[in-house]
Amino acid sequence: MIKLMTAERVAESVESGMTVGIGGWGSRRKPMALVRALIRAPATGLTIVSYGGPDVGMLCAAGKVRRVVAPFVTLDSIPLEPNFRRARQAGEIEFTEYDEGMFMFGLLAAAHRLPFLPTRAGLGSDVMRVNPGLRTVRSPYADGEELVAVPALTMDVALVHLNRADARGNAQYLGPDPYFDDLYAKAAARCYVSCERVVDTADLLKEGPVQSLLISRSMVAGVVEAPGGAGFTSCEPDYGRDEAAQRRYVEESREQG
Amino acid sequence: MSRADVCVVACAEAFRGDGEILAAGIGGAITVLAARLARLTFEPELLTHDGVCLLTGDVPALGEAPEVVEGWLPFREHLWLVLNGRRHVMLGASQIDRYGNTNISCVGDWARPKAQLLGVRGAPGNTRCDPTSYWIPRHSRRAFVAEVDLVSGLGTDRGAYELRRVVTDLAVLDFGAPGGTMRLVSVHPGVSVADVVAATGFELDLPREVPLTREPSAEELRVLDRLDPARLRDREVAA
Repeated sequence: MIKLMTAERVAESVESGMTVGIGGWGSRRKPMALVRALIRAPATGLTIVSYGGPDVGMLCAAGKVRRVVAPFVTLDSIPLEPNFRRARQAGEIEFTEYDEGMFMFGLLAAAHRLPFLPTRAGLGSDVMRVNPGLRTVRSPYADGEELVAVPALTMDVALVHLNRADARGNAQYLGPDPYFDDLYAKAAARCYVSCERVVDTADLLKEGPVQSLLISRSMVAGVVEAPGGAGFTSCEPDYGRDEAAQRRYVEESREQG
Repeated sequence: MSRADVCVVACAEAFRGDGEILAAGIGGAITVLAARLARLTFEPELLTHDGVCLLTGDVPALGEAPEVVEGWLPFREHLWLVLNGRRHVMLGASQIDRYGNTNISCVGDWARPKAQLLGVRGAPGNTRCDPTSYWIPRHSRRAFVAEVDLVSGLGTDRGAYELRRVVTDLAVLDFGAPGGTMRLVSVHPGVSVADVVAATGFELDLPREVPLTREPSAEELRVLDRLDPARLRDREVAA
């Protein structure tokens, strides 16, 4: 099935109150074309699940967000995300703050349709205090160790940006790091992939090895061709982060503050 | 020899004896140089990375790409490694208390912070599962506090796996005092014990005699000049 669609169509399919996962990491390979379309669309009261970067900040600034689920929000080369900071300091959003490894286990649990996965990460820290709903489990084996039961980070919609995809949704990363985009695709009821370029299925392996085929079409509801669609975040090897544009984003945010 | 040179060597010393595990600097010049210096001198089996996702076969200068790559460490593998434990990380902290509990998340009440910082990042898992050290470039009462506003990284009283040492622009500290509390190990050349006490917002265990932090050897200074010819390390230390 051909699944090509526009960013606007993707954004219009998101309903108020939904949980939306966003791939990438910090200010790296964020599906910014889809995020910008979501900002123009009517949905509000969203829960955003993200290793957060400007995606989280922009959606907060646009008043789209009820809750952020994240271990951090950063622009990498600029450590603090100005719009996320403002939203938190103004008390405008709720925050589920997890350790990075806990967050990955939440994605893995959702991808495997498990209710939770146990981990040591988070034990003893104030992550347990500020997330009073978190529970621990005791190992049923001889060790009897108590572990954090990280609940599955299931999502209504996932948005990811990759380097290449075919029109059916097979998607490929060509940079050095897959981030967690495959897990977002598997954790969501519907995953939308934007990409730098749509290519024929037969051409996918011309640019990268079979291991670069990160996401299968069986996990994908729609494909958006969006050249430059991660900008100003990085999308190696097609382009690096546009540091000047990122600085402008931070300066504009200050002026509005 | 600058204060930053002393700080890099003091940070590198944190990795002494670690063997074939990843020495991870959290970023900036000092912690990255520390891991690379340790590998190039007294701890040759260490693994070091390029700051993105490559384990480097050689040890490049700051900002240079490696000529030899020996492994792949994307974020998912890094997070696996944190839980596996074959890793010693040198983290930063906006606040630290006498047990080594640290905060990088926010200042003030978490529910509505005065200043939202990064978020806890990987600090809870790092400190629960791996040996951890800290580099705090400005030793002050703002950073060394009686109580942190939010515990991101675990202290010795909350089940930290192992807190190895804390290096600041003034001194080296560890948690060898009774009850796992912070102890002054050495002061950097040109710094007095009184300077450190004045910049610390809690009671610090003071040995009767406090030695000076060791100075870099001539070989170490040569290696540092090769790894950081632009002396980025000096920009990270106020003194």
